[in-house]
Amino acid sequence: MSADQKRTLIAGAAGLLFALGLGLAGMTDANVVLAFLDLGGLADGTWDPSLAFVMVGAIAVYASAHALYQRRMQAQPALGGPCRVPTNKTIDRPLILGAVLFGLGWGAGGYCPGPGLVSVVSGAPAAIVFVIGLLAGMFLYARKPSARS
Amino acid sequence: MLLAQLTLAGVAAPIAGGALIGLAASLMLLTDGRIAGISGIVGGSLEPRPERWRLAFLAGIALGGLILSLAFPAAIAAPVGRPLALVGLAGLVVGYGTRMGNGCTSGHGVCGLSRRSRRSFAATLAFMAAGAVSATLLSMIGVGS
Repeated sequence: MSADQKRTLIAGAAGLLFALGLGLAGMTDANVVLAFLDLGGLADGTWDPSLAFVMVGAIAVYASAHALYQRRMQAQPALGGPCRVPTNKTIDRPLILGAVLFGLGWGAGGYCPGPGLVSVVSGAPAAIVFVIGLLAGMFLYARKPSARS
Repeated sequence: MLLAQLTLAGVAAPIAGGALIGLAASLMLLTDGRIAGISGIVGGSLEPRPERWRLAFLAGIALGGLILSLAFPAAIAAPVGRPLALVGLAGLVVGYGTRMGNGCTSGHGVCGLSRRSRRSFAATLAFMAAGAVSATLLSMIGVGS
């Protein structure tokens, strides 16, 4: 099997694991996400901490893998390709403005890109409308003259 | 799972689900030296002649969604009380914003925080705060549950 075939196979497996993880974590229920982001729930006892636990589980595993990657593997990916982990350290306007826009949409619809894409397969109208908007928004940004790839 | 009614099983599921997400992202890092950022993978797939691994990752996501919706239909639920037009507009803003800010919950939140990236700390703080503001305000004015 060529490195490119392995890369494709592993990416497919990673996508599947990612989707099942989101489902097990409760993140494919937009109401669970909204019940975390809606701080009004802290006052009336309807706040849902699930998303924080998801982050704890994910970061515990990924931080360990990242340490292994940096120290044992010296940032050399197993398939032999170049390391593409970002090295940019500049906190600039597009980073913050983009993150704020993303957050506003996330709190409005209850979907971030991953759960939206997983949910769209179920045929739920809200997920379909979200993903159409998501792709349109990405396309619009890519067409912006000043957009960086 | 509400804060007032925490159970061991209620806490274990999101932690285990998160661990699976971390494992999926780790696979991408260890084998190919890439950040598993969903918005980046989708954005790159929209370009002419996308790389095969991107399409494979998205196919894996779709297969996972299919398995979930067939075996555990209750796991996938749409936002209650949020009008479709609002959700569509939300998608548009999420798509535009994640490309402008170079990442979403996976790339900045999971991978970036784990790598202790300054940019990802700033982005995660910004989208968590903005998400809390919009979710809280919308529910205060009676949109959604």
